[in-house]
Amino acid sequence: MSFINLKEKVVQVKIVYYGPGRCGKTTNLEYVNRKFRDQIQSEMVSLKTHGDRTLFFDFLPFDMGQIKGYDIKIQLYTVPGQVKYNATRKLVLKGVDGVVFVADAMEKQREKNIRSLNQLHENLQAYKESIFKLPLVIQYNKVDLKDHGVPILPTAVLRKDLNSRLKVPDFEASAITGYNVAATLKKIISSTVVSIQKKLL
Amino acid sequence: MNYGIVSQEQLEQIDTILSSKLIKLGVDCVIIIDMAGNIITAKDNGESKYDVYSFAALAAGNFATVDAMAKLVGEAEFSLLFHKGQESNIHFSKIDDELLLISMFGKDISLGFLRLNVVEAIEQIRKVWDTNNG
Repeated sequence: MSFINLKEKVVQVKIVYYGPGRCGKTTNLEYVNRKFRDQIQSEMVSLKTHGDRTLFFDFLPFDMGQIKGYDIKIQLYTVPGQVKYNATRKLVLKGVDGVVFVADAMEKQREKNIRSLNQLHENLQAYKESIFKLPLVIQYNKVDLKDHGVPILPTAVLRKDLNSRLKVPDFEASAITGYNVAATLKKIISSTVVSIQKKLL
Repeated sequence: MNYGIVSQEQLEQIDTILSSKLIKLGVDCVIIIDMAGNIITAKDNGESKYDVYSFAALAAGNFATVDAMAKLVGEAEFSLLFHKGQESNIHFSKIDDELLLISMFGKDISLGFLRLNVVEAIEQIRKVWDTNNG
């Protein structure tokens, strides 16, 4: 749940990047951190292993300006993607306002995407949230690999696998080159802010 | 508890408690956060410049981890945590299931004295919370 400070007129919004291991959640945040440096006052926090895998989460706070006199502070988090870290993923999801599900478009990752999305559904249920109600955007990441001869799934297949029931906004993207990273972020911020406004009215 | 929105009046009362109980004592910075990593309020002595938003995210993660460890050893919770450094120290104490009080202080303050004041501050904060949200 977002936290609203009526005294200082600040709304804190928590957005979590979720997805299977090595799908590019941290890469998304790193790109945002570089690209929007002037809007970000602090350093990105990454809790990772020696092998550069996310151990707990990455955290990037981000000022979005004002809406109706309220400062909107967007807090971006990632979860650790590795299967064994589900307890940690659950902790990071606490109080979430919006989720970006990052899917890995590589052919061999097809099953992992589906499993991860199912687990997101279960983890949200533990907080009495529903994947069908929470603001959600799906990103099919790594589409640039096609140009390097790596077999990737067509977007139609990914969409059928992951978004046929959810029917949420989705984007093809390449976190490493930055393609559609900002578009994904803008979409999840706008869906989340609209959903918070609705809850308050 | 009307969690998620805190009234201006409540925040002012809480800020007054933090100032009189902790900042006056010489604590550098006091933050109240929720378990999701949001900042409810932050007070400092005017000199310290901490990145409180990152701090809140890490502190919530840290506390959640310790909570999970408590469960593993059969404890319901570890309600306080203390990290000691050369120059500065951090003290974490639970206000209730959702809120955490974090104090950052230097070596001039004794831990015992701080803990006494933290306990008093928390009692008063709970009262503010209950009268307004009861």
